[in-house]
Amino acid sequence: MTTSPRTWQPLRRIDREKLLLGFAAPALALATAFVIISLVMSLTGQNPFLAFQIMGDYGTKADSQVWIINKAIPYYLSAVAVAIGFRMNLFNIGVDGQYQVAAFFAAAVGGYLTFSGTLRIPFILLTAMAVGAIWAGIAGFLKATRGVSEVISTIMLNAIGGALIGYLLHDGRLAERTQNIVHTPYLPESTMFFTIQTDAGRIYGTIVIAIVAGLAYWYLLGRTRFGFDLRSVGESESAARAGGVSVKRMVITAMVLSGAMAGLVGMPTLLNDSGTFGNNFPGGIGFMGIAIALLGRNHAVGMAFAALLWAFLERTGGRLNFEGYNQEIVGVMQGIIVLSVVIAYELVRRWGLRRQQRMVGAQLAARAAATPAAVGAPVPMEKPPATTPGATGDRRAGQNGSDDPTDPEVP
Amino acid sequence: MIGRTTVADRVRPSGPLGSPAPAGTGRRCYAGRIRRGAIASTDLTAPLLRPRGECVIPASTIPADGPPADGVPAVELRGITKRFPGVVANHDIDITVRRGTVHALIGENGAGKSTLMKILYGMQKPDEGTITIDGERVSPSSPADAIRNGIGMVHQHFMLADNLTVRENIVLGAERAYGIGARSRRRIMEISDAYGLDIRPDVLVEEIGVADRQRVEILKVLYRGARTLILDEPTAVLVPQEVDALFANLRELKAEGLTVIFISHKLGEVLSVADDITVIRRGTTVASVVPAETSPGELAELMVGSELPVPDTGESTVTDEPVLTVSGLHLSGTDTEGTLREVLTDIDFTIHRGEILGIAGVEGNGQAELVEAVMGIRTPDGGRIELAGEDISRVGTRTRREAGVGYIPEDRHRHGLLLNAPLWENRMLGHVTERPNSRGGRLTIGDARRDTERIVAEHDVRTPGIDVTAASLSGGNQQKLIFGREMSHDPKVLIAAHPTRGVDVGAQSQIWDQIRRARARGLAVLLISADLDELIGLSDTLRVMYRGRLVAEADPATITPEELGTAMTGATAGGADSAGPADDQGATAPDPASGTGAEHDGRTDGGAR
Repeated sequence: MTTSPRTWQPLRRIDREKLLLGFAAPALALATAFVIISLVMSLTGQNPFLAFQIMGDYGTKADSQVWIINKAIPYYLSAVAVAIGFRMNLFNIGVDGQYQVAAFFAAAVGGYLTFSGTLRIPFILLTAMAVGAIWAGIAGFLKATRGVSEVISTIMLNAIGGALIGYLLHDGRLAERTQNIVHTPYLPESTMFFTIQTDAGRIYGTIVIAIVAGLAYWYLLGRTRFGFDLRSVGESESAARAGGVSVKRMVITAMVLSGAMAGLVGMPTLLNDSGTFGNNFPGGIGFMGIAIALLGRNHAVGMAFAALLWAFLERTGGRLNFEGYNQEIVGVMQGIIVLSVVIAYELVRRWGLRRQQRMVGAQLAARAAATPAAVGAPVPMEKPPATTPGATGDRRAGQNGSDDPTDPEVP
Repeated sequence: MIGRTTVADRVRPSGPLGSPAPAGTGRRCYAGRIRRGAIASTDLTAPLLRPRGECVIPASTIPADGPPADGVPAVELRGITKRFPGVVANHDIDITVRRGTVHALIGENGAGKSTLMKILYGMQKPDEGTITIDGERVSPSSPADAIRNGIGMVHQHFMLADNLTVRENIVLGAERAYGIGARSRRRIMEISDAYGLDIRPDVLVEEIGVADRQRVEILKVLYRGARTLILDEPTAVLVPQEVDALFANLRELKAEGLTVIFISHKLGEVLSVADDITVIRRGTTVASVVPAETSPGELAELMVGSELPVPDTGESTVTDEPVLTVSGLHLSGTDTEGTLREVLTDIDFTIHRGEILGIAGVEGNGQAELVEAVMGIRTPDGGRIELAGEDISRVGTRTRREAGVGYIPEDRHRHGLLLNAPLWENRMLGHVTERPNSRGGRLTIGDARRDTERIVAEHDVRTPGIDVTAASLSGGNQQKLIFGREMSHDPKVLIAAHPTRGVDVGAQSQIWDQIRRARARGLAVLLISADLDELIGLSDTLRVMYRGRLVAEADPATITPEELGTAMTGATAGGADSAGPADDQGATAPDPASGTGAEHDGRTDGGAR
């Protein structure tokens, strides 16, 4: 313990501390999840270890890897869309509706486009982002102007979006029918995104979109003024307002950005796979995004791992079914993992905060002891700030439950 | 762990605070108590207090007008100490509440009143000390436990279900007592009649007003068999007539032998209803007085205390160059009832380069709103705010800050810091558009970090590094960081609301020094404070705020804390025997240095009452 005023040593130690905590949380979470899953499987009379082995073997096969990567692309985009809201304490539960409406209009526009050439793909992407942004922007606008909870409005917009698609996706309106499938006109081959050919299959070229989105997310939130404003609103709305952030404008902007990102969620499927939006277009990815954002702690890289884990579980779940296990066990696993992660992170965060406070206190006490002329100061009489009960939905973002940041006594 | 014990070992024996409470005597000596709370020299306070400083008779032997006490106090708290990790919220609390009395507990926000009541009500466990109820040692571990011991609490924010009837609300959770049928209704009416509570049991709670709801809450507590009621700031939500009605109810309760603990910081009310008054400051009991022998001014002084002698500001640096001019500022707001009320009325003042304008006043008289209006966080209904000749009334908070308005908020945890963010991010808060925090739209994190290091060094923020979260610093160091941040952007005017509240004494004098130095360099300061010595010691001009108006002006060179304390209570608003001091106050000469027209409202206001 150093007594000289400011050296580099304590700084480094805090950094190492941060790293330690960074690894402690996922390790604790996965270990807990592993144990609980094993227990659940044992209780239902299945052999968990055999199951894990099957999953490990099958999930790491080459063609599985390609499948998992392709599946993880939309998951990741969805998670980023949700995370933009989470960073600001907004719970955009409507990514699901946003991406479906966006994908539908993008597919329709793409199908009816008459000009050709390289501009078609950007045009489709921009359409999707714009539609997603508008759809989410409605919720943002309602929240900023009328105080409508974004949780409620985005859920309702999901339903409205479904109805809108149902109405327009009709033979003779914006769609055509092929056997049982009603779908928008197929995109011409030239409008499809590139793929990367490997021995085990094709990796979607839209992985580039996901990587760019991840980088943009990291840069925008972590390195720009706008991102700082957004995060400060998420940390403390009152402090941000006192600091000069227009919270209302920020709510709308964040929802628009989240919606634009959500608009991209359907693109890997549309541009690399189906080439059309039909009534068999995959749904529910928006809700997975919530789980993945929680799992990845809104971190650009963490969410990538989480998306891959999710895809891995889906891939191997099918295999388990084939081997005589109940496929539903995969859903159970996903649930247990999310719960373990959320609880473990919160525990580690609290533990880390207490530890940090103790360290700060201990170090200052040591320093004060070294300076005998320390003031015989009284104990500062501060009440520990009351925990501000935030909206439970927001709190689930796991952002920053402000629990007693009590101050270590510093004479 | 190590840190905590080390700190505790170091601090407790170091000052007079560590000395044990005068055990068993139950005797409270006013002057002596002041000394206990005081840290350094009491030179400044001693001559002031001595004239009134005779020892007050121990509470339990006071011949009061209330019903005769049978000797056993209803509630006795001895040596209560409560520590939170790193902070001590209460220490050595001694209170004796006589049965059948209204006992007021007064103290500034954050003095530790709420923690103490939470301990009594079983929501927190004390680390040391004993609780005795009706002569029996208890250690309530939950509110249910406290209720079994006959202690009930009426919270400041009512806990009623709007969509249930009054009777359902009362019975809810106490179904076992009198069932849910006719018996419960009979019992409710019995209690209501006995104490004149005038309850209508079958009305939906959403249909009744605030005062009625409060009576429902009181009845709820009585229904559960409470003999001692804790009322937490009960008058905060009431209009004056309702306050009178509440006090009538309290007298009824008292007459029936019940005991009321009344938490408040409204001195006039306390004086009119309480039989005994205990003052809490900085977590401990500093005085016990009886209303007949005290005055609002004296109580105000006891509440805010005199922690350190403040050297005077020295040479006046006031210039005649106006920096912040506020004229005709009006602000109205809706209260919980939905009625429109004037929060700020006709606020006019000018602060010049190198001038510190202090605003005195009991909290809740519009100071917080004034600060928020100047900062652009609230939109006033009318009036003009000029910064160095430029009208900033219509621009947003960020533009105002960029234009040179520094801000030290009253509640630093809610408005001044991102508690879970590292110090260098907190250094950006509020100034993210300015160098060294960003260039163009991009954050320049390296520069910001270096500048944070500088602030930490220059302002003596005691921290092991700039990567720790703001939450892990002590209050004083958090405040020094905020102060350093605001001063780093060369403000023209600094809006400082309670800049040294909850701050240890060392940090307090550092902040005072730095404010003085900044003033010498030409900074204009709007200082809002509840600490009278701070106000008198720092300010060049003093104004008193009462009910949303600036009612009086005083010269800090001649006014005493006592006089100021009296003026803060709205002169004679308390209805107590303060006519004399009020006149004295009105007679203090308006500061000739100030450029604004002198107001004598303080006097007329006092006279009108």
